[in-house]
Amino acid sequence: MTTTSSRLRLYRFASPATFYPLAGKLVPWFAAVAAILAAWGLWLGMLRAPTDATQGDAYRIIFIHVPAAWMSMLLYVVMAFWAAIGWAFNARLASVVARAIAPTGAMFTFLALWTGALWGKPTWGTWWVWDARLTSELILLFLYAGYLALVPAIDDPRRADRAGALLAIVGSVNVPIIYFSVVWWNTLHQGASVSPAAAPKMAAIMLQAMLLMTLAFWAYAFAVIFVRARAIALERDNAASWAGAAVGRTPAQTEATT
Amino acid sequence: MSTTFAVLVGRDLRLAARRRIDAALPIAFFTVAISLFPLGVGPEPQTLRQIAPGVVWVAALLAAMLSVTQLYATDLADGSLEQMLLVPDARLAIAAAKAASHWLVTGLPLVVAAPVFGVMFDLSREAIAALVASLVLGTPVLSLLGGLGAALTLGLRSGAVLLILIIVPLCIPALIFGAGAVAAVDAGQSARGHYSLLGAVLIFTAVLAPLATAAALRIATE
Repeated sequence: MTTTSSRLRLYRFASPATFYPLAGKLVPWFAAVAAILAAWGLWLGMLRAPTDATQGDAYRIIFIHVPAAWMSMLLYVVMAFWAAIGWAFNARLASVVARAIAPTGAMFTFLALWTGALWGKPTWGTWWVWDARLTSELILLFLYAGYLALVPAIDDPRRADRAGALLAIVGSVNVPIIYFSVVWWNTLHQGASVSPAAAPKMAAIMLQAMLLMTLAFWAYAFAVIFVRARAIALERDNAASWAGAAVGRTPAQTEATT
Repeated sequence: MSTTFAVLVGRDLRLAARRRIDAALPIAFFTVAISLFPLGVGPEPQTLRQIAPGVVWVAALLAAMLSVTQLYATDLADGSLEQMLLVPDARLAIAAAKAASHWLVTGLPLVVAAPVFGVMFDLSREAIAALVASLVLGTPVLSLLGGLGAALTLGLRSGAVLLILIIVPLCIPALIFGAGAVAAVDAGQSARGHYSLLGAVLIFTAVLAPLATAAALRIATE
């Protein structure tokens, strides 16, 4: 009895009619959290954290670079997960969320590459090197680009969702293979600065700033993805009564759109 | 399943034999594309020897990607693909057969032609042998992944460019280990590690790509 009701409650959020207003309410909160955490993290990172002994102030871009790189990889996996859920269980909202994640993931990938280039110039003396991590991040950008190109090219939204899901799954299966092949191919990038296995090789305040920035990016991603998912859901369910109510149409006008 | 596979491969080979010019286009592209590099880079044998493995491999990759767009297109256009898909449980056999026939029609001629380019780029005999071996192991990967891309982009307006965009990133491991094997031999090292990894990529792709292609065919024709 309790299982049934809790299940029902969980599935309730898979309905666009429930998701739309809920996400709409959450967006400003996530946006505010993102702004506050980013301001706090940047203040700690840019003004309070000590200057690095070897890299000077140039290292400070780490507070954007590393969280962006983390988000870029995480969001690809999350996108593949929701796309797979949407495909396997025919959950339309999961597919909508997957589509909404893709541009943000690509943006973070690009941001990681861009800030990496800005960091590389003063420390390595070059904007770009064909090093394993840079190259695999670039390939990740290509994988996002493939998804972003394939899905809108298919007119039927159900087919687009499924084809996108298949591509995202194939991509995420391939990511480790691509990563290790590129690692073998060339390595110059500095080792990971933060790893759960070892004590962090950086001052506590730097770690704190970086984690704040990561949480800020996370909140930003939620806000932007919800905005985008709401728009896609509204567009797809254009003829539904909840969509009509959401945009302030009368039932008669909604009837006329079908 | 195996009968379906054999029948489809036989059919595709017969079709290729009756449209010889079409079947020869990828190898012609391969030849022209490779010949551009000495003209662009300069004729110094030292440079050419250094870039040869990468150039041959990239040209093979592009030739496979450009030709694979036609893999299902004609069958879709004349309706025979739908007839094939009516055979019970045939999707996997169709996916595997299409990739196999693509390799036989496109990949195998590239393997056969590769030594000529090895000679033109002044590669040593050992390096040419490594080039052929790496292409034997690697070009089936390109055909298998290309088949997946062709099924995913079936009937789309910008299918050809889209296919290249979505499949090329997945081909990168094959490119790295394939060209790497030749470069290793050229540098006097053993290429066994590269062959092993290329073989592993081939096995992995051969097991999973037809499954994914079959799923893509289902998505595209439902």
